[in-house]
Parts: sequence; structure tokens; C-alpha cells
Amino acid sequence: MSVKQLSVFAENKSGSLCEVTSILSETKINIRAFSVADTDKYGVIRMIVDDPRKAAYALSEAGKIVNVTDVVGVQITDETGGLDILLKTLAANGINVEYLYAFVSTAANAADVVIRVSDNGATEKILTEAGYTLISDIDIGKK
Amino acid sequence: MTRYYQKEIETASPEQIREWQNERLLKTLQHVWDNNKYYRKKMIDRGVLVGDVRSVDDLWKLPFLTKDDLREAYPYGLMSAPLSDCVRIQSTSGTTGKRVVAFYTQADVDLWEECCARAIVAAGGTKDDVVQVCYGYGLFTGGPGLNGGSHKVGCLTLPMSSGNTERQLQFMTDLEATILCCTPSYAAYLAESLYEKGMRDQIKLKAGIFGAEAWTEEMRHDIEEKLGIKAYDIYGLTELSGPGVSFECEEQSGMHINEDHFIVETIDPETGRVLPDGERGELVFTSITKQAFPLLRYRTKDIAVLSREKCSCGRTFVKMSKPMGRSDDMLIIKGVNVFPSQIETVLMNKGLTSNYQIVVDRLGTTDSIEVKVEMTPELFSDTINSIEVREREITDALKSMLGIYAKVSIVEPKSIVRSEGKAVRVIDKRKLYG
Ligand SMILES: [Zn+2]
Repeated sequence: MSVKQLSVFAENKSGSLCEVTSILSETKINIRAFSVADTDKYGVIRMIVDDPRKAAYALSEAGKIVNVTDVVGVQITDETGGLDILLKTLAANGINVEYLYAFVSTAANAADVVIRVSDNGATEKILTEAGYTLISDIDIGKK
Repeated sequence: MTRYYQKEIETASPEQIREWQNERLLKTLQHVWDNNKYYRKKMIDRGVLVGDVRSVDDLWKLPFLTKDDLREAYPYGLMSAPLSDCVRIQSTSGTTGKRVVAFYTQADVDLWEECCARAIVAAGGTKDDVVQVCYGYGLFTGGPGLNGGSHKVGCLTLPMSSGNTERQLQFMTDLEATILCCTPSYAAYLAESLYEKGMRDQIKLKAGIFGAEAWTEEMRHDIEEKLGIKAYDIYGLTELSGPGVSFECEEQSGMHINEDHFIVETIDPETGRVLPDGERGELVFTSITKQAFPLLRYRTKDIAVLSREKCSCGRTFVKMSKPMGRSDDMLIIKGVNVFPSQIETVLMNKGLTSNYQIVVDRLGTTDSIEVKVEMTPELFSDTINSIEVREREITDALKSMLGIYAKVSIVEPKSIVRSEGKAVRVIDKRKLYG
């Protein structure tokens, strides 16, 4: 049920991000979500795209270091406190979140959240039991 | 359980060893003077005649030989015996320039194999052992040397040569090999493969003799633990015969140099001045028992330290440390000698085969060293935290190897400047300031 996330290594220098986005644009990849985590020396670009395989191939062909990680995708209602309730649910069940980011969902009045945890299976079970709708690559691929 | 292959030689008194060296040096020098025009000319150019050297104390008077001499004299220029007396050649895998070829009479081969036999016995080998030799055979000295030594000890010898891991593991388990001879990196690879195939509990190995490349103590512990063996270092150069110039005993704290065959000196690589034992310098060897290809004062470019401290194994031969690097690559940073090869070893031990570059700079009066490492899939992760953990591991390992702090910077793949396809390993910006 998980979502495939691409991460790409980028040095902290001008043009690094643009290089990655232009490779994807040339390959006709639609970037659904984009987030950057960085230190003072380098960063990790994390992305959800409509065709992760094709994107990973194009990036590594261009000499980039790419990782494909399974992350948990979940839909929350686009209203005040939506993210807070989600995080409380996870914390209450002892799930440690490494990072997360949200993006506009294809469903109406909803936001999609990508969560990086160490145990995808356990997290998905907890969320399903709490009544959340999980999303998968198929949902992401939908235009 | 101290055992020796040739007890009376390996535990001889220092006076006895000196007596052998004096006598054999003079004999070898006369032999070279009479039969080798190339070295005789070098001596005359330096104003030294054969009679000027009366003992080991006069060794410093003789001219050095370098790899350049060997290339210049290729192929027969440094031969000191008629070709008709020679039975064997070995050769180094030269990456630049001409290859270096060494010649052996049957007596030379026997003495070399004896040196290797001493190493095998020091590693606990007896005639009941099964020795698996997976060094390359052929021009490379690793395979033939250990193979011959193993025969001399009377071990069942498996002449595997390198590669074909599947077959290596099959023979290792089916024929119950007890001593493994190969490069340390191949030993690590074999260990890995044994675990992968679930064959770890089928092996009977007790010791390994690993040489021909640089390795660290960390790598030794790793191999020892994974294979359940004791791992021994061995050192040698084709120019001097091959492996077995020196070898480790059960103390595993340096390699005993076979001083009945070689006189060792350490010199300052810049000035050529002979250094006292205990000081780090370039190793220089003089072979004193060879007939076909005896080299006098051969500069190895390997930097090491000699120790004459009494060894618990009972051997009286001087011990040399593991070579720390090559003299022509040495950098002096904050007064500390740093070798690019040490850095490469650390990266290799961390499983990083990526490109790297060392940048040395000076801020005010303080030297700094930065090691740039290209990002690799093994090092990369989607979480910054795990990249930082790996980065810190490399920093710590460098600190313990070099003795000084080196900043580690991870850079994008293929971003390190290459010149004619080869990465530029060292940039010393201090030179810009003169
Ligand atoms: Zn010893």
C-alpha cells in the first residue's frame, strides 16, 4: 500500500535544485510533492512523482545519486487540526516519525501526507484502524 | 606454542646475525662488483670501490638503487649471474612505464621459499595443515612464493590462484583448508560470501596470511572475527624476491625481517640520511644471499618504523611496522606525516570505493586538511541523520588513522576534477603561498 519516494543528493550550491527539476521536466515527469532537507553542506531532495521508476532512471542516467524509499501515504481532511490529530494518533501508538510533508490531494477537501517511519506495516495498520484512508502509487499517478 | 621453521637462525643472537650479515654483504658486494657493470659504474661514479666496504657499518657508503634504475636497466642490466644459471623470472604489475623483471637461480628460489615457509610456520602451520593459496600465480610473486613455502613446510597445498569465489569456497570446505593465503580485501570478500551462502560453520580455517596491499588493524579484527582465525601480515617486493621479506609472528605487532637474507635500513626520504631504529623513514633493503638479482641498498619508497625490542615469540630478527605509505606521496600537515594511501585505506575499509580528493590548505599558520568524498549509493540515504552518522564514522576513522582531524565533505558524484581521466588526489594549496 506504500508510496514510492525519490530522494536525490544535492550539494548546497546554486543551481542544484534546478538541475533536478529540469531533468524531470525534460523526461515529462510530474512532480506531485517536493521537499528539501538540508545541512550547511548538502541537502536531500525528496519527491513524490507520477512515475517513480522512470524518474529514478532519468536522474541516475544524469549522474545523480537517487534512492527510492517506501513511505506511508495517508489522506487527511483539509481543515484546522487535521495534521495535529494524525500526529497524535501516531505518537499515542509509539510511532516515531523521521520526517513528513504534505501536498494537495487529488481528492476534494483533502491533503495527502507522506510519512517516513521505520516500520511501514505497523504504521499503516494503526492508521487504517484509526479510520484513515491510505494512498498508494496508483492514487498518486492519477492526474 | 612458539614454533619456528629454522629455529637456530630465527632465534640467533644479534652478534651471530651481525656476523652473517658482515660476511654475506662482503661476498655479495664482490659478486656484484665482478658481475654487474651497472652497479659497478654507480659505485665508481660515487667514488666507492669494493674494498671501501668492510662491514655492515660501511653500508651507507654504497649508492642507492631505485625503481628507476630497475627500469633503466631492464631487462638484464642488474643481473649478476649468467642467464644459463637462472631458472625463473617474476615481474611486477607496473602501472606506469616498463615492467620490472626479477631473475632467480634455483638457489634464489629455494631461499625465497624458505622465507615464506618461516611465515607459514609463524602463523602456526605444520605439515598437517591444508594451505589454500589464492594469490595470483604467474608473474605475480604472491602465488608462487606462498605455494613454495607451503611445500617446504610439507603442508597440503591448494594452488587455487585468485578469483572464482564459488570454487574457492568449495575447496575451502570440502578439503578443509586450515590456512588461507590471499590479499586482505579478498579474505574479507570470501568471509562475506561464506556468510551469504550460509557456509560459515563448514570451514576449518585457523589462520590467514594476508599481504600485497595496505590494510588496517580494524580490517584485521573484522576478518579475524568473521572467519574465526588469526590474521597475519606478510611483506615483500618482487625486486627483493617476493613475499616473505618479513612476516608476522603470533604477537601480531610488526613483521620480523629475515635478516639473514636482507639488511634493512631506514632513511630520510628527502636527504637519504640513515635514521636510527625507531624513527619513521623509508625502508631500504640490501639482499645478501641472492645470486641472480641481488640488489644493494634498494629504496622501497615504503615508509615504516623498525623496532629492535625483544619479541615474546623468541625471534631475534628486527621488526618493521606495517608500511604507512609511500615516500613520494607524503604530506606534512601540522607537523604530522600524512599519506594519501592511509586515507584511501580508511575509505576502502568503510566500503567506499568512490572518488576522493585531499585538499590541504593553510589559514594563518595553521594547516588544515579536507577530504572530499563523492557521494555513492552506499553512503546515501533519504534521511540526513544516517548520512551524518556515516560522515562521522569516516571522520573518526580518519582521526584514528592519521592522528589529526580531517574535515570530511561529501560532494556530488563526478564533481571531483579529473585530469586525463584520472582523479587528482591531492591539492596542496599551501604551495600557492610559497
Ligand atoms: Zn615475534
